[in-house]
Amino acid sequence: MIEIKDLHKSYKMGNNSLHVLKGINFNVKEGELVAIMGSSGSGKSTLLNILGMLDVLDEGSYTLDGVPIVDLNETKAAKYRNKFLGFIFQSFNLINYKSAAENVALPLYYQGVGRKERQEKALKYLEQVGLKQWAGHLPSELSGGQKQRVAIARALAAEPKVLMADEPTGALDSKTSYEVMDLIQKINDAGNTILIVTHEPDIADMCKRIVHLKDGVIVEDKIVDQVRASQYV
Amino acid sequence: MFSRDAWKEIFETIQKNKLRTFLSGFTVAIGIFIFVVLYGFGNGLTNTFAKFFGDDATNVFFIFPGRTSVPYSGYKANRQIEFDNEDLADIEKNFAMFVDYITPRISRSGLVKYKNESNNYGNMGVAPSHQYSEKTIMMKGRYINNQDVKDKTKYAVIGRLVERDLFKDEDGLGKYIDIGGSSFKVIGVFQDDGGDNEERKIYIPYTTRQLIEKNTDKIDQMVLGFKPQIGYSGAMSLESSLEKYLKSKKFINPNDENGIFIRNIADQLKQNQQLASVLQIIVSFVAFGTIIAGIIGISNIMVFVVKERTKELGIRKALGATPKSVISTILLESIFITTISGFIGMLLGTVLLNSMGDTLEDYFITDPYIDTGIAVFATILLIICGALAGYVPARKAAKIKPIVALRDE
Repeated sequence: MIEIKDLHKSYKMGNNSLHVLKGINFNVKEGELVAIMGSSGSGKSTLLNILGMLDVLDEGSYTLDGVPIVDLNETKAAKYRNKFLGFIFQSFNLINYKSAAENVALPLYYQGVGRKERQEKALKYLEQVGLKQWAGHLPSELSGGQKQRVAIARALAAEPKVLMADEPTGALDSKTSYEVMDLIQKINDAGNTILIVTHEPDIADMCKRIVHLKDGVIVEDKIVDQVRASQYV
Repeated sequence: MFSRDAWKEIFETIQKNKLRTFLSGFTVAIGIFIFVVLYGFGNGLTNTFAKFFGDDATNVFFIFPGRTSVPYSGYKANRQIEFDNEDLADIEKNFAMFVDYITPRISRSGLVKYKNESNNYGNMGVAPSHQYSEKTIMMKGRYINNQDVKDKTKYAVIGRLVERDLFKDEDGLGKYIDIGGSSFKVIGVFQDDGGDNEERKIYIPYTTRQLIEKNTDKIDQMVLGFKPQIGYSGAMSLESSLEKYLKSKKFINPNDENGIFIRNIADQLKQNQQLASVLQIIVSFVAFGTIIAGIIGISNIMVFVVKERTKELGIRKALGATPKSVISTILLESIFITTISGFIGMLLGTVLLNSMGDTLEDYFITDPYIDTGIAVFATILLIICGALAGYVPARKAAKIKPIVALRDE
């Protein structure tokens, strides 16, 4: 599903160049649930941003579902993002003047899906995350966990190849975190490929594979026994 | 770009961001409104000027005698110049090419009586062509004609208000009134657009007036109507050659400013029109200043709107919005708001102008109006500038990487 070869990325900070990713080789197969771990500054978010086409790579190659991701201009990136990827952010990033259902329907709008179908799908995915009765509420009327579930529904709505979550539980307490992780595991059980950036070991343990980043290189890549979040809920 | 869905999205955004919508709409509406009203006032000012000087013919010279201020060809200074009937005939003969008509004016004022009613009115000995120079409109009867002048008849043409004052509800035509001790038959009643004072006048044949005053042939002043075809420059040269002619005829030093005065209405009218158009220019300047202020206002708001929406736009981009759709969302929204509110402002301004009519006449503003073309042009200008002002930050926002836009503050 994802193939990365010899990936380099550096940021220019004034006269200094900060080499963040120093040659990453990394593959993800369909249906995997991968945690990307590392301390802050290890380059884990940068890696996710490049995978998510929110940022461009300097060197190396990136193939997503057999499509080489090269020469990304904004329009092309927008189309790929819309078609291939669903995002889940630490700070939820819901549009605050749109209701939960409208937020979920938004990626479908950019896919050109008709209004009626958008609404139906939005409700379907809200139901999947258990928030159907909250469909008409604004984000400000929802709790943090509910917001993140709406964001997950939104990421799912576009039916992406890969879900990318950047610290999805970073802004949540541990009980809510486990609920969200339970949801993510269920989505993964349904066959979705999911990448999660986290620095919390207990969250990483709920994934099937853990990739450790340190100073821009992968230091460890291991398959783990998944801890089911449902036992904590 | 113009699909129903895109518009629905825009309407929803507008509805759910009422303050933002109101602010940008209000800026545009008030800008256009003030522009329309100011510009209309400018036109009203011009109207007032046109009205002030519109009731008299404009192809007219008034020629007044004065007193000489320097001695010349054997005459002392401070000599009173007088005109007489011969001057009339001579001017008519010598300037036949340019002169349409010439009429004397002998102005007197005195008690006018009819039965028990009496009042003081100005009366004026005139020739028939005086009717043209004053644009006198006959309501009933007739004006003084050449036969009256020849026969020195005691006929009088009275103003509408004179008839109303003296005759009340009676018909004055054919009745006899007493003007300064002589009895005159009323042969006509006139009206005049120049106002009440113009309608409190009495005209009599100038020869009659001369007969009453010991059969003199003196006249007070002359009113000369020139042929309109000679144009403005023709009128100016006629004025100077007329002055030269009369000065030599009356033995006045050619450089003496005080012997004879010629008031040239055409010149005055032109000056007044120039004054009015200068005022119009100033008012238009202020009005366009308002438009520019409006443009700056809407530009500020657009910059602010885009700034405020940076995060939202970042989210939209992460969800698959292309830069094009980001720009078009912002632009269509701003164009929609400015168009609607611009036309609301324009309509309100126009309605206000139309409803004012003559109510501001005391402030020299008559019938203010604005050409629809100018109003629409200003509105469209504001819309386009608002769109341009929105486009620059919108394009910038569309170029921002979503990761930058989404970064937590």
